[in-house]
Amino acid sequence: MPDTNENEVHEPTGGRPIWSGTVSFGLVSVPVNLFPANRSGKVALHMVTEEGTPLARRYYRPRDDKEIGSDDVVRGFEVKKGKFVVIEDDELERLAPERTRDIDLKQFVKADDIDAIYFERAYYLAPAGAGATKAYKLLARVMEDEQLAGIATFVMRAKEYLTAILAENGILRAETMRFADEVRSPAEIGLPKAMKAKPADVKRIVASMKRLTKESLDKRELVDRSAQRLEALAKKKAKSGADVVKVELPEEAQQGNVIDLMERLRESLKNAS
Amino acid sequence: MWTGEIQFGSVKLPVKLYSAVKDKSIHFRILDAKKHEPVKQHMVDAASGTVVEYHDARRAVQVGKNRLVILDEDELESLEPESSREIEITRFVSPDAITHQWYDRPYYLGPNGDTGTYFALVQALRDQGKEGVARWVMRNKEYVGALRVEGDHLMLMTLRHADEVIPASSLPAPGGRDVSKRELEMAHQLVETMVDEFKPAAYRDEYRDRVLELVDAKAKGKVLRMPKAKAKKTPASLESVLEKSIAAASRGRKSA
Repeated sequence: MPDTNENEVHEPTGGRPIWSGTVSFGLVSVPVNLFPANRSGKVALHMVTEEGTPLARRYYRPRDDKEIGSDDVVRGFEVKKGKFVVIEDDELERLAPERTRDIDLKQFVKADDIDAIYFERAYYLAPAGAGATKAYKLLARVMEDEQLAGIATFVMRAKEYLTAILAENGILRAETMRFADEVRSPAEIGLPKAMKAKPADVKRIVASMKRLTKESLDKRELVDRSAQRLEALAKKKAKSGADVVKVELPEEAQQGNVIDLMERLRESLKNAS
Repeated sequence: MWTGEIQFGSVKLPVKLYSAVKDKSIHFRILDAKKHEPVKQHMVDAASGTVVEYHDARRAVQVGKNRLVILDEDELESLEPESSREIEITRFVSPDAITHQWYDRPYYLGPNGDTGTYFALVQALRDQGKEGVARWVMRNKEYVGALRVEGDHLMLMTLRHADEVIPASSLPAPGGRDVSKRELEMAHQLVETMVDEFKPAAYRDEYRDRVLELVDAKAKGKVLRMPKAKAKKTPASLESVLEKSIAAASRGRKSA
């Protein structure tokens, strides 16, 4: 069995926020819910049986291959080959109780000064509960006015994230970032040192570049062509009626579920007071 | 390591791809709660619970509510992208055209033979202030990416596909009353006391260290001391909290 990363075990969230806690600056503390700012493409391959029944992943006891429920498993860390130390959920939470509940912005930096290599994944923050909105809007406004990013670390799903909180359109966004020791340098990789380019080479390249240059990027250029081919094939086959099955899909497997999560975020922003 | 060739117009540049990041997350295993042995995982028929071997599983696409269409082996094969070493640059745009919300995974590119053209491309991108939009097939998967300069070298940043990013402009700004001028001034003042340069090395994944300490202590049968959470007071009016924050921040500055 491949090594299983606990952080991936509990996906998807089924419409619930991925993290709930506070964002603080100074002594001001804003209760927020985090929602993913990315979604997976709308076409996905499901694993099914010959008859088309969806497959699910289940745990089995190694001794006798007997199925065990998700309540009968624990998380373990391998300290020696075959020897594990069990780590309980509440122990993980107690390791850093503050950072598990609070994104404490102790530093603000120019948003443009953060190098591209650090950014990992984005989440939108929605104000949570009555009274949260005013402080939320205040923080968003100040950061947007000054084009600043607030920096903090926080713990989500048993992992610490370096994060930048940014504001756009009055909405706060958390961008998780890689820690400095998770980024490799050109020297570490062994890339050659910079050398001076021949002007004739640069000129030739620039000429080719200019023919392809545009001011803006048409999002159609980022289209997932594999997904498009998959969708086209599925539609064509569905029309012919071949191999089409009716099944009961669980709620979280329905295609519309992604939209629901966005709806939740939209609602929490709209109803903020 | 993957090797490919950047191509656009008359330019051809053979490159090697190196991951610019390394994963340092702690990986746990899922164990049987009683015997503490790693569990096995099987795919099962969700309805009956019968185990289905990997090679017996089929692939299907949803084509409507509770409707699936099953694809056979040949059809799946016909979908696979043609394997190629080409990294096609389809477009050059200004860097603001691709915001970091699209970024997925960074790769450094190194020259694979032609160092002269490699650094000429670095120079050209830098002079023109542009990034390239790239498409390529790597290990049977299609990617879109941004070709950019990072320091003195070329970087290929894989990008999320169209529709995978939810833009802030598609969301409603939070409702409720506007903030007052006074609150805004104070918040500006407070935030300004905390403005600094971004120094990534100043932040450490201390939690990872703590998890490893906990593992170590437990392996030795010791008890690890856990920090106590400070109780947070419910704030009074926003204005008075801002006032106290500014006072605390300026005290901190003086003593520093």
